[in-house]
Amino acid sequence: MTFWDRWRIPIMLAPTMSVIFFLFIGGLIYGGLVSLGWQPLIGRTEISLRAYHNILFSGEFTEVFWNGLALTIWVSVGSTFISAVLALMTALLLRRSFVGKRIATFLYQLNLPVPHVVAAIGILFLFSQSGVLSRTGAQLGLISYPSDFPVLVRDRYGIGMMLSFVWKEVPFIGVIVLAVLQSLGVDYEDLARSLGANRWQRFRYVILPLVMPGVLSGSILVFAFTFGSYEVPAILGVRFPRTLTVTAVRFFRNPDLNARTEGMAISIIISIIVFFLVLGYMWLSRRAIRQD
Amino acid sequence: MTADYPQAGQARNRLLRALHYCAVILLIFLLLTPLLAFLFNAFSFRWFYPQLFPNELSTRAWESTFAANSKVPEALLTSTILAVGVTLSSVIIGLPAARALGLYSFRGKRVIEFLIISPTIVPGIAVAMGLNINFIRWGLSGNLLGVGLVHLVPVMPYVVLTLSGVFANYNPEFEQQARSLGAGTLATFWYVTLPAVFPGIVVASLFAYLISWSQYILTFLVGAGQVITMPVLLFSIASGTNNALTAAMSLVFVAPSILILILTARYLSGKSSAIGGFGQI
Repeated sequence: MTFWDRWRIPIMLAPTMSVIFFLFIGGLIYGGLVSLGWQPLIGRTEISLRAYHNILFSGEFTEVFWNGLALTIWVSVGSTFISAVLALMTALLLRRSFVGKRIATFLYQLNLPVPHVVAAIGILFLFSQSGVLSRTGAQLGLISYPSDFPVLVRDRYGIGMMLSFVWKEVPFIGVIVLAVLQSLGVDYEDLARSLGANRWQRFRYVILPLVMPGVLSGSILVFAFTFGSYEVPAILGVRFPRTLTVTAVRFFRNPDLNARTEGMAISIIISIIVFFLVLGYMWLSRRAIRQD
Repeated sequence: MTADYPQAGQARNRLLRALHYCAVILLIFLLLTPLLAFLFNAFSFRWFYPQLFPNELSTRAWESTFAANSKVPEALLTSTILAVGVTLSSVIIGLPAARALGLYSFRGKRVIEFLIISPTIVPGIAVAMGLNINFIRWGLSGNLLGVGLVHLVPVMPYVVLTLSGVFANYNPEFEQQARSLGAGTLATFWYVTLPAVFPGIVVASLFAYLISWSQYILTFLVGAGQVITMPVLLFSIASGTNNALTAAMSLVFVAPSILILILTARYLSGKSSAIGGFGQI
C-alpha cells in the first residue's frame, strides 16, 4: 500500500473539512466561549454562566428573551407549516397537464433566486398602510385613509414576516415536491384507480406518502432558515417583541462590550434550539413515515 | 384525464378544467404581484395615496441609482468580486471532497457527511458572531477576504452535495484509460474528469454564487460596515421613504440572479439535492 493509497481520502477531504472545522465549528466554539464571559481582549478570562442566567431567569433581558422566543417560534413554525401545505397544494395544481404548463411552472419558480431582503421590501410595498392592497381598498371604497387599513407589516404578531416567508418558501418546497411527483409518473395512480380508489383516496394513500419525505426535508430547511433569519424580522418587525436574532445582533453591536456576552449567548441558544428541534422533527417524521 | 362517470363526465371535466385554470392563474398572480410592485414603484413619481397606479412615470430613481455620487456601482462591483471569488474557491475546495464522498466508501463517511451538511441547519448568526472577534484580531474583519471566508460556511454544503451526486454516477476507469494512453495528470483532469462533471460544476457554481450574492447578515457582522455589498446597501435604505429608489436598487440587485437562473436552467433538474440551496437565499 503506497502513501497515496493510504492517505488519498483524508487528503481529498482536507480542504472542505478545514472550512468546516476552522470556520464553522471554530466559530461556534469561540462564540460559545464568548457567551461564557471569556473576552481576553478586554481582560476577562473567567468562565461563568452569568449571561445565560441573566437571559433565561433573572435579569433585565428575561422579558425580551421569552417574548422574543415566543414570537420566533410562532413565526417560524407558522410560516413553515403554511408554506408546506400551500406548496403541496400548488405542486399538485401544476402537476396536471394543461396548456401553458411550462410557462406557469417557470413563473412559479421565478422568486426562488430573489433574496429575503427584497422579499421583505416587496411585502412592505404590498401590505403597508399606504401599499397596493390599501390603495385597492380605497379605490373600492372600503376604506378612506391609510390608517383605516389593518396593520399587517411591522405588526406585533409577525404577520408581515410570515407573509414574506410564505411568499418565498411556497415555491421552494413546491419545486422539491414537483421533482418527486415527476419522478413518480402516473403508474401508481393508474393502478390505484383501476383498483377503484377515488380522487381523495388516491391523494391520501398514494400521492401523499410518496411526496411526504420531500415535503419534510424541505420544511426542515425552511424552519431552520426562518428561525435564524435576520433581514426579514429586522425590516418587518416592531420594537417589542423582537425576534431572537434581531435582539442578539442588537446586543452584539452594543458599544458596551459586556452586552456582547448576552448577544452571543442568545445566538448560541438559537443554535441549540434549532439543532434539537430539527433532530426531534427528523426522528418523529421518520417514525411517522414508517408507520404510514 | 379519464372520466370517473362516463355519463356526466364531459361537463364535469370541463368545469374541473376551468376551475384548475382559475386556480393556476390566481397562484401565479399572487406570486408575481410583489415583483410587479417593484416595477411600478421603480418608475413611479409622486404616486399619491389612493391612486392604484402611478399617474406620472419617471426614470428619476434609475438616474440616481447610477448617478456619479451613487454607491450602487461600487456595491455591485464589491458583490460581484465577492460572489465570483467565493464561487471559484468553493468549487476548488469542494471538488476533491465531493470525489471522495461520491466514489469511495470509507470508515466515518456518514460522520463526515453529517459535518458537511450541518451548516445548513445551524443558523449562520452564531458562527459569524463567534468568528467576528477572532477576525478582528487576525485583520480579517472589515475586508473582502474575511467576508469571503465566512460566506464559504453556508456555501460549502451545497457545493459538496451537488458535486458528490455527480461523482456517484462517474466512472473513474476512463481516467485510467486516458493515463494508459499517455495523458498526464493535468491532461486527464482537463479532458476526462472536467467534461464529465461539468454540469454538476455549473449547478454548484449557480448556488455558490446565489448564496454569496444575497448574503446579508454574515457580510454585515464580519464586514463591520467596511464591506458594502448590494444587500448591505439595500438593507440600509429598506426602511426609508424613497420607495422608487428602493425599488430600482432592488431590481438591479435581483436581475443578475434571475438571469443566471434562466441561463443555467437546463442544467438544473429538480431532482438535484442542491435545490435546497434556494432555501439559503
